[in-house]
Amino acid sequence: MKLTFKASLGALITSTALAGVASAEGLKGDLNIFLDTSNPAPRAVMEQMIEEFQGMNPDLNIETTIIDREAYKTQIRNFLTANAPDIATWYAANRMKPYVEAGLFDDVSDLWAEPEIAENLASTKGAMTIDGKQWGVPYTYYQWGIYYRKDIFEELGLSEPKTWEEEKANCQKIVDSGRSCYSIGSKFLWTAGGWFDYLNMRTNGFDFHMDLANGEVSWEDERVRATFANWRELIDMGGFLPNHQSYSWQEALPFVANGEAASYLIGNFAVAPLRDAGLDDSKLDFYQFPAINPSVELAEDAPTDTFHIPSAAQNKENAREFLRFMVSADVQTALNAGDALGQLPVNAKSSVDDDKFLKEGFAMLSENSKGGVAQFFDRDFPAEMAKIGMEGLQEFMVRPDNLDNILKRLERARGRIYK
Amino acid sequence: MSVLTDNRTDTPPRSWYKRNEIAITPWLFLIPAFLFFFVYVISPIFQSFQVSGYAWDGLGEKEYVGLENYRELWDDPAFYTSLRNNLIWLVLYLLAIPAGLFIALFLNQTVRGIRIYKSLFFFPFVISQVVVGLVFTWFYDPTFGLLNSVIGVFGLGPINVLGDPTYVTYGIIAAGLWPQTAYCMILYLTGLNAVDPEQVEAARLDGAKGWKMLWYVIVPQLKPATFIAFVVTIVGALRSFDLISIMTNGGPFGESRVLSFYMFEVALSEYGFRMGYGAAIAVMLFLIMLCFIAYFLYSMYKEEKGR
Repeated sequence: MKLTFKASLGALITSTALAGVASAEGLKGDLNIFLDTSNPAPRAVMEQMIEEFQGMNPDLNIETTIIDREAYKTQIRNFLTANAPDIATWYAANRMKPYVEAGLFDDVSDLWAEPEIAENLASTKGAMTIDGKQWGVPYTYYQWGIYYRKDIFEELGLSEPKTWEEEKANCQKIVDSGRSCYSIGSKFLWTAGGWFDYLNMRTNGFDFHMDLANGEVSWEDERVRATFANWRELIDMGGFLPNHQSYSWQEALPFVANGEAASYLIGNFAVAPLRDAGLDDSKLDFYQFPAINPSVELAEDAPTDTFHIPSAAQNKENAREFLRFMVSADVQTALNAGDALGQLPVNAKSSVDDDKFLKEGFAMLSENSKGGVAQFFDRDFPAEMAKIGMEGLQEFMVRPDNLDNILKRLERARGRIYK
Repeated sequence: MSVLTDNRTDTPPRSWYKRNEIAITPWLFLIPAFLFFFVYVISPIFQSFQVSGYAWDGLGEKEYVGLENYRELWDDPAFYTSLRNNLIWLVLYLLAIPAGLFIALFLNQTVRGIRIYKSLFFFPFVISQVVVGLVFTWFYDPTFGLLNSVIGVFGLGPINVLGDPTYVTYGIIAAGLWPQTAYCMILYLTGLNAVDPEQVEAARLDGAKGWKMLWYVIVPQLKPATFIAFVVTIVGALRSFDLISIMTNGGPFGESRVLSFYMFEVALSEYGFRMGYGAAIAVMLFLIMLCFIAYFLYSMYKEEKGR
């Protein structure tokens, strides 16, 4: 009996030792990854990175599922509860809150305690934190700003505006030349959220904007009205693309490409399709949204895309190893390169690709965004408020006279949603 | 040997199933259908009623709120917009029935190649609603759509049909009528085959022609087809979801929503996290449909009884 016990103990020790050796060589078991990077370039680079991870861990059985980006947004609820993968992509800030509160995302504060991540990813820690814990890691982010037709600006003798007065003067000249100043497609609403983010952050500052997002300020507040009054100046001028409510953001791109609109407030993801449409760097340029109220510091929108480990994941240790890999400096450099995601790396030790827009965007976010960095209207505001809010913003852009009604509606929604 | 013969002649007592075979077999065959009908149709109805009493994000804990969701519906302007659009859909969608009838009458003749014409008219019903929606979206496009080019010739427009809250619902209904008319047409074409030529002959001898012939002789004989066309059109109007989703996504600012789309939006879409509220809308939609269902059942019952 004693002998058998000893023998089995010995066997146990040997097997543990073996396992230890094995894990030094690579991970074992399964890793099930769900991605929403369905566009061709992001898809290719993700697959390439996973391939590399596989190469490092030949015994690991990796299964990758790539889901259409829009469909993913509704499917995530089902698969997190029913059939959880080990890794799922999602978005930072309030956008992940419903899943955090429902206990569907795993707390990964332990990863953030590791110096490798704590030091290099510090800038995005805030966006990943809810209730003092971190619920995922970022893998990319991108700047927003005004992308404009350099050749049209030169033709009209305009320069990049720094102040609101210059912005309006520019716009007036563009309108007089028979073009729209700003292309926008608000059919799916969120593009209007970008305009509100910038106007509100420039008029009232980052902190006020966040207070509004957190439901601490009334929508009928005079300061909110001031934001809308600034917006209205551009609307009344005829600055926005007519019939924008019928277009998606992609459908609004040709107006910039063929010169019917001179600029476009959008995220950096618009650069690739505009380049494909024939705008090279001599025709397409970028400037930071100008200051409106000189007493508030500039703040920017920089939405962050993230990886999470669902609470119901089967292989959490493998998943953690994968997250460490994905945020490491070299992987971040490759992942966000101009011909891959074409965005900004989250790791401070990574290098930004040699691309005009990425370099300008990176400089803007690291040096000229002292007020703070917001995620985006539909990521900072709770989902319900974002939906009702963006609908109101679209209505305002089409029917600015309805403002009082819209604000009343939003204020009532605020009373209900934040409790 | 004798034992064996005994066994053969003695008829064994028939099993209970054998004795009741004729009465039971139909029910056995019906069991799967009943089971699925109950699980996927009946029980969700009651579940919706139940969920509508809760505030629930579909993930976390349910919180019982009683009739709070309905009270909120009561002063939700978006609900009334959807309800109004639903009524517009119900009324205007019925235009598919007369339109289908006239196309069917027009096509009900023997000309060389008539089958090709018939299939061409039936074509819009065969293609997916999504394609219909896309085609009409481009047709209505405010900058390069065909519609604005055509009315531009007459010095009108441009109008942004899908971007203007006053026209948007009518624009989508027009798109929906295209396939729905084809559907009604097919129903009437088959109905016209069953029209009794002797009655038509007799009516002709009595001097009936034109509208009178149509209204007093042909249409009454088409009653079964009309009934079916009515049912499918009403149901089609109430579940007009795909066209709205494709063409406007409920916009501009929610003006083209109908109840089913609004329910989807608040409960299941990208920003939808209100299962209880969505269920309350579903219950309202169910109650509206119930009026029609009750009417159909009643008229079918009357029909059966009258025979």
